[in-house]
Amino acid sequence: MEDQAIDREWKKGSAELLILSLLEAVPRHGYEIGKLIEQRSRGALRFHAASLYPLLYRLEKRGWIQGRWVEKSGQRRRRYYRLTAQGQKMLASQRRGWRTFVEAISRITGAENA
Amino acid sequence: MPDWSEEIRKQLADLRLAPAREAEIVEELAQHAQDRYRELESGGATEAEAHRITLEELSGHELLANGLRAIERTDAPEPIALGAGSKGRFLATLAQDLRYGLRTLRKSPGFTAFAMLALALGIGANTAIFSVVNGVLLRPLAYPDADRLLTIYETTPEYGRTSVAYPSFLDWRRESRSFADMGAGRSDDFNFTGAGEPEHLSGEYVSASLFPTLGVTPFMGRNFLPQEDRQGAACAVMLDYGFWKVRLAADPNILGKALTLNAMSCAVIGVLPRDLRLREKAQVYVPIEQYNSVELRTRESRPGIAVIGRLKPDVTIEAAQAEIASICSVLARQYPKTNAGAGAKLVPMKDDMVGYIRSTLLLLVGAVGFVLIIACANVANLLLARSTARRREFAIRTALGAARGRIVRQLLTESVLLSLGGAAIGLLLARWGTSLVLAAAPDSLPRSAEIGIDPYVLLFTLAVSIVTGILFGLAPAFHGANANPQESLKEGARGAGGGRHRAESLFVAVEIGLAVILLAAAGLMMQSVWRLLQVDPGFNTRNILTTQVALSPTALASPPAIRLAFQQMLGRVAAIAGVQSVAITSQVPLAGSDSEIAFWPGAAPQPPQDRTTSAMFSVVTPHYLSVMQIPLRRGRFFTERDNLASPPVVAIDDVLAKHVFPGQDPIGRQISLMVMGPVRIVGMVGHAKQWGLDSDDTSKIRDQIYFPFEQVPDKFMSAGVTGLTLLLRTGPEPMSLVSAVRAQVAGPTRDQPIYAVRTMEQIISGSLAERRFTMLVLIIFAATALLLAAVGIYGVMSYAVTRRTHELGIRATLGASRREIVGLVVHQGMRLAAIGLAGGLVAAFALTRFMTGLLYGVRPADPATLAAVALLLGAIALLACYIPARRATAIDPMAALRCE
Repeated sequence: MEDQAIDREWKKGSAELLILSLLEAVPRHGYEIGKLIEQRSRGALRFHAASLYPLLYRLEKRGWIQGRWVEKSGQRRRRYYRLTAQGQKMLASQRRGWRTFVEAISRITGAENA
Repeated sequence: MPDWSEEIRKQLADLRLAPAREAEIVEELAQHAQDRYRELESGGATEAEAHRITLEELSGHELLANGLRAIERTDAPEPIALGAGSKGRFLATLAQDLRYGLRTLRKSPGFTAFAMLALALGIGANTAIFSVVNGVLLRPLAYPDADRLLTIYETTPEYGRTSVAYPSFLDWRRESRSFADMGAGRSDDFNFTGAGEPEHLSGEYVSASLFPTLGVTPFMGRNFLPQEDRQGAACAVMLDYGFWKVRLAADPNILGKALTLNAMSCAVIGVLPRDLRLREKAQVYVPIEQYNSVELRTRESRPGIAVIGRLKPDVTIEAAQAEIASICSVLARQYPKTNAGAGAKLVPMKDDMVGYIRSTLLLLVGAVGFVLIIACANVANLLLARSTARRREFAIRTALGAARGRIVRQLLTESVLLSLGGAAIGLLLARWGTSLVLAAAPDSLPRSAEIGIDPYVLLFTLAVSIVTGILFGLAPAFHGANANPQESLKEGARGAGGGRHRAESLFVAVEIGLAVILLAAAGLMMQSVWRLLQVDPGFNTRNILTTQVALSPTALASPPAIRLAFQQMLGRVAAIAGVQSVAITSQVPLAGSDSEIAFWPGAAPQPPQDRTTSAMFSVVTPHYLSVMQIPLRRGRFFTERDNLASPPVVAIDDVLAKHVFPGQDPIGRQISLMVMGPVRIVGMVGHAKQWGLDSDDTSKIRDQIYFPFEQVPDKFMSAGVTGLTLLLRTGPEPMSLVSAVRAQVAGPTRDQPIYAVRTMEQIISGSLAERRFTMLVLIIFAATALLLAAVGIYGVMSYAVTRRTHELGIRATLGASRREIVGLVVHQGMRLAAIGLAGGLVAAFALTRFMTGLLYGVRPADPATLAAVALLLGAIALLACYIPARRATAIDPMAALRCE
């Protein structure tokens, strides 16, 4: 299955980029982030709480994202994460890095297939 | 709905997060779990299935706790004030620390009180000394642009720096282009009559330019006009604010009224501002041209005139110095007789006022710093002892997730709180201490009126107390934070730990070492003062009363009237019961003033200035020798027959004789005095120290010439009259005769006051005032240091005995005698003391060198002083060890063993 194909190591390498990308436009809470990763990857990528939150806390500690408790009427308060200025920079650089990486891989793998 | 929080908390348990952080994570994850659970349920899962899946995802194969461990434990997790940013978070923690700290300190009032008191002593003493340093050395003088004010000295090859000849001042002021303006002043005494009792006022002759040069605007009225500062102008006077306020009852209509000063009627034209302090004591200011003396007009005398210049904004002091030097060289060519070799020296006014006391004050700053370090070491030891006792508390907090950094911060907050409390008490002590310092300070301490507690002093105290708090708190804080929770909890309340004892021993050794240094400094000062008091001044200092006198205005009318008035006064005073002999002199030895005259051997006309020599010049009446009990070496002293009708004579001292007539008999020889002309030597007397018990031997001018009062020419009589002192040798205690002397001096017209009444012994002790002051302050510091060090070693030994109760109990059971047990404890303590002593002696050896300038007759590393210090401290340390050791012998062996 697809799920097995995308190995844990892949996930680890890309997780930071995924989270930063999702927070680029709007602040989101942890559950929403997990959900969006699953939906947009059509189920190929999935982060459970046990791995998602340590990641979020690490990014927060590095100062790339910042969490803030937000109360909405009639709901329990949730912690929303937004991208910091430093996070923006990291996102841009990781994107460039990822693109280079993907291009390199596809040149190799594409060439073999051709 | 399952309780996710409980589940999550279980998983996080062994991370030992800070409680607030843990709560936050639990809340966020529980929220997530709840969302997930709902989603699974709505997707059709059973409750049990949803529960299982949610739980699995929470722990998963990558355990949540494992993932979090690395992140959450990398540095101190701090409790987070929910919803606050990092600054708010810091403040919130600080507030929490403060509250907790206050609570802890309140719980042990004895400890808190002692620690604060020790710190208050240290901080208070530092604040007091700093306020003196601040007022005297640091604050700019209270004039606008005070850094451009310079004191200008005249220099001669013979004296070096000296006061200025009035004509030189006029020439400098006219010729120089470097100065915006220059002013001159000369202190003098004034006889104030016509307003009740006659009064003696201290005053100052000033040039009209002096106050404008300083930038002083009068409080009332105006400054002197140039035309008021001319020979023959009507006398005008400006008043000191305090004099106007107190003596003249702040008379608002004082301007234009006349005061009678030295029998001159002087119109008041202004009152000076309250904070003006030109010289500390002046009450009235009169234009210098009113100073009616030939001294003012000649270039050969330099009658105590001080000159102040204000540099133009763009001129450097070097440029001004060069310019004035060239003016002086022109004057030297123009007036070779008086000005050959003369020059001028510019000194910033503040340096001139306070420069000489700088090294003394800096010495005290160093000493008081040591006192503070000792206080810190003491409190640090107390905190160490406490932190050992509090190990259990820290262990529990660590177990609950508090990080090391967090505990260190908590403990530092506590110690800073302590030192701030100490500082508050210290400020009170400092206010009191400052007034004590001022009371003990020599009158000569410059700018003493400007000493006080101002914002800079407060800032200093605050800074010192915070730094202090951190300094003495660090070791105990780290010690506390390093507590290993498991061991501490296992051990129960009985704390231990080797690190603590090493630190504590080190602190005690340092305390003792610093106390050695302070004691050595104090001891050296005591020795110096004591040795100075043993110096033979060349006369008998006991039972001499000295007083300044002012003549009645009627007596001042003519020179013969002046002579007659003094003769009658001497007659009346000599008749007082208890007065053995009485004399008048123009200068009192060791009283801090001096007057010199240039002379040359033979009766030749005056050679150029650089070929004359100077001698101290005293005008005296015949009984001067018997009052002072100065020995007559050869010839005779003056009699009543040495008067204007007889040829002029002088007496010289043996120093002059040796210097000018080596190997010859000076009696009968002629010398010539500047202005006075040739005189014959009739007597040779012993040298009396003039400059100071310490510095007389090394002074440039030591020759002495005595001149009979009755032979003073008429033209000098009225000018010389103000500075005369009456000297009495008394049978009874001198001060007991003061009222009789006052009555007899006042005379039939009752208008001749006496003032500045002192015994000779007071004058001598005044001449040692600065050294005494330094000695006194050092003794106070050393005593404080000794006390703190004794308390320190006592505390450590008491604690050691308590800790060794069990061991000592066993020893006692096994047959150790009381002596052996005392020996055991004392040995431990004295080893510490010995280490401290050795270190302190080495440091004292190195540091007391900086005191060389303050010492007399004793070398900085005086072995006797150091040995005495070591003995004293050793004895105190022994006592401080012995008391706890005695307690150790009282241990009941059975009780000691049972308590295990």
